[in-house]
Amino acid sequence: MQRMACSFPDEVLEHVFSFVQCDNDRNAISTVCKSWYKIERWSRRRVFVGNCYAISPDMVIRRFPDVRSIELKGKPHFADFNLVPDGWGGYVAPWISAMAAAYPWLEEIRLKRMVITDENLELISKSFKNFKVLVLSSCEGFSTDGLAAIAANCRSYLHCRNLRELDLRESEVEDLSGHWLKHFPDDYTSLVSLNIACLGCEVSFSALERLVGRCPNLRTLRLNRAVPLDKLANLLRRAPQLVELGTGAYSSELRPDVFSNLSGAFSGCKELKSLSGFWDVVPGYLPAVYPICCRLTTLNLSYATIQSPDLIKLVGQCQNLQRLWVLDYIEDAGLDAVAASCKDLRELRVFPSDPYGPEPNVPLTEQGLVSISEGCSKLQSVLYFCRQMSNAALMTIARNRPNMTRFRLCIIEPGTPDYLTLQPLDVGFGAIVEHCKDLQRLSLSGLLTDLVFEYIGTYAKKLEMLSVAFAGESDLGLHHVLSGCEKLRKLEIRDCPFGDKALLANAAKLETMRSLWMSSCSVTFGACKLLGQKMPRLNVEVIDERGTPDSRPESCPIDKLYIYRTVAGSRFDMPGFVWTIDEDSAMRLS
Amino acid sequence: MDGTLGLLSGGGGSGGGGSSGASANESTVSKVEVVEQDFVGMSSEASSYPAEAELELGLGLSLGGGGGAVKAKPCTWGERGRILTAKDFPSVVSHGSSTPSRFSDRATAAAVGPVSGTKRAADSVCQEGGSPTGGSQVVGWPPIRAYRMNSLVNQAKSQRAEEDKLIGEKDKSPDATKKKIYTKAETNAKEKCHLGFVKVNIDGVPIGRKVDLNAHSCYATLAQMLEDMFFRSATTVKSMGSGGEKEQLTKPSKLLDGSSEFVLTYEDKDGDWMLVGDVPWGMFLGSVKRLRIMRTSEANGLAPRFHERNERQRSKPI
Repeated sequence: MQRMACSFPDEVLEHVFSFVQCDNDRNAISTVCKSWYKIERWSRRRVFVGNCYAISPDMVIRRFPDVRSIELKGKPHFADFNLVPDGWGGYVAPWISAMAAAYPWLEEIRLKRMVITDENLELISKSFKNFKVLVLSSCEGFSTDGLAAIAANCRSYLHCRNLRELDLRESEVEDLSGHWLKHFPDDYTSLVSLNIACLGCEVSFSALERLVGRCPNLRTLRLNRAVPLDKLANLLRRAPQLVELGTGAYSSELRPDVFSNLSGAFSGCKELKSLSGFWDVVPGYLPAVYPICCRLTTLNLSYATIQSPDLIKLVGQCQNLQRLWVLDYIEDAGLDAVAASCKDLRELRVFPSDPYGPEPNVPLTEQGLVSISEGCSKLQSVLYFCRQMSNAALMTIARNRPNMTRFRLCIIEPGTPDYLTLQPLDVGFGAIVEHCKDLQRLSLSGLLTDLVFEYIGTYAKKLEMLSVAFAGESDLGLHHVLSGCEKLRKLEIRDCPFGDKALLANAAKLETMRSLWMSSCSVTFGACKLLGQKMPRLNVEVIDERGTPDSRPESCPIDKLYIYRTVAGSRFDMPGFVWTIDEDSAMRLS
Repeated sequence: MDGTLGLLSGGGGSGGGGSSGASANESTVSKVEVVEQDFVGMSSEASSYPAEAELELGLGLSLGGGGGAVKAKPCTWGERGRILTAKDFPSVVSHGSSTPSRFSDRATAAAVGPVSGTKRAADSVCQEGGSPTGGSQVVGWPPIRAYRMNSLVNQAKSQRAEEDKLIGEKDKSPDATKKKIYTKAETNAKEKCHLGFVKVNIDGVPIGRKVDLNAHSCYATLAQMLEDMFFRSATTVKSMGSGGEKEQLTKPSKLLDGSSEFVLTYEDKDGDWMLVGDVPWGMFLGSVKRLRIMRTSEANGLAPRFHERNERQRSKPI
């Protein structure tokens, strides 16, 4: 059998491999034999690098000489919440330079939490003959000038370069001017997806209108807040084929002619399945979207500061809704309505409207989530901010929804116990991990002891990402997780009394994970040094803005710790507040 | 629950490989079990880490073989784990400061919450994003992304402006309740999380930093912190022992009094660049968009405006 396989000509094998897209499967293919390794590496077109410091650009290029699509991730997840100081790293520049030279046929670049400059964008726009897709998710470091470069070079007769997708997700863009949009050439017509929702400034609206009008394949258009409502109808009429729309500000003086114009425009969009935007909502204009509600599968109202009755009226008509993002203004009553109408719901996210207020400002409690778990049998993914929770509720949710794969609960006040019994919420979360056997992602909150970690270590065998804050009592908690969760890839911890012992005792586990983040815990510099010395394939980064850790007593815990596996060794772009330890046991200052 | 005991006491015949560890294992198995029971009963308040000392030895050795509940991992794991036992670890670190009473603290909850977070702030220099001097604000909690928070604050502001326009006086209608909800959210958001972080750039350095304006209540602390952030040299060693807190804000900030080579400026919401320090702190908070530490020589252009607005004499740096 093996002999037969090896006697196929390479082209045949390559053709067979082309049907295998999943990274894990391709990795498996490459380990079969040398010949398969060789064929596979030449034919791999898509590479995903979950941590840009885990490997160097040269190593990727050496192994995969003909890549067309690359995805890179930089900063750790907690950077989203300002826990990673500015300047930590995640620069895409070395990747872009290396790929500009090595991958002239690169078509897609997807970045998450990376720093990209205008120069990098300009290089991208000029280097890749067939560039099609640029997705910048939660990135920063660039301005609208860089976007102008992308727009200006999006089309090339000589090289068949035709940009299809420009998606800025939630990036931080320095808004120098809205004129960048004018740089799209007049004969450019291949835009399929444009997401500029994160931009603050006004973009040139006439340029936008013309662009939308001349791109017949435009499927996704996410506008920024500066696009006024009274211009929306015109845009929609130029792009009735839209599948995904993000409105701008959804407010205007209530006028019947504007309303009917808008309503007509929405009705004309027969393919529209996803709606977002809705800043500054004037409830009177919501009925304009009623005609299309029944087709919606995704609805993002997480910026819509409207009250529960208006929300209920809207969501109640969305029988095919699969994904709902909303503010807690929806209240428990609103979630009851969702549970009754949206039987196909797969994902729910409820954000807090007043996260810093000391008391609840809306009647949204654990009951809303319980209702959803009862009414929506396909519910798999939850992100829920609330102020009270009980073990009973969690157990009910767990029993109702064993098909849950992502469960992130944020009880706003740290250390909040079960409000009925005043007990920790250990057994509640324990029920979640016990019943939801396919749970991949979990975020904990509330009052939690080491017991919850014991449950997690025992039951959460498919868990890949765990986020912990203000929980646990001792190293035993961390040990349970590190020793029990076999599939764990990412662990992020803040403000927990976990120290050196569990970390050192499970050092080998860290090489099986992508990364570990610990901040405001009880880890000492001594332990970090030890880990750094003993584990050459881990980068142990101590992030501390108080100056060198050696200037403090050994018992003083370090501020932040970021450990990740790598085959690229220590990185060269560390700022002054990151300390790392290498093998020769000298502390290296960057 | 029995699974736990199995996990920790890690069967005597622990496959985790050989020599030095094994002997220690036997002697500590019973200790670990006893301690474990205490631990599960959650009498953690009793003393700092009775579990810890035994825990080290147990942990280092039992990994490879695996306990009752957990399937054994391949041997390399255990070997690696074995290297790092208590022998390697120089000293048992006392965690007295942040943990034993945490359990009871949390039960009474509310303001105490992030014990380690605030304690850290007390020990250390005014750090970027550290727990603020006054309130119970914790960095990065609740975990909401900045753009979402900003959006909420901005919407609340414009909503209030709208309602002020339309509603006029207070009335008892349902609208008033609505207004109360919004303005309460807005006030809370505004007071406690003004935009959170703003960017700071210094001339000559391309990468900026971010500072949490919530962490400061006056210009002096802000300037002090910025000076530490940008001008503190890497070789300066500050001893952080028990009393070694950095000199509190006793000396006036150079950035504010014009005696340094740099001045602190900010861009306000109208896009104008102003010298920092002139308007009341609250007003500053309400209008600042970002900060820039500018060379004094380039700040000449700012002085006249400053001068005009405030009719005060200021020495112009040359």
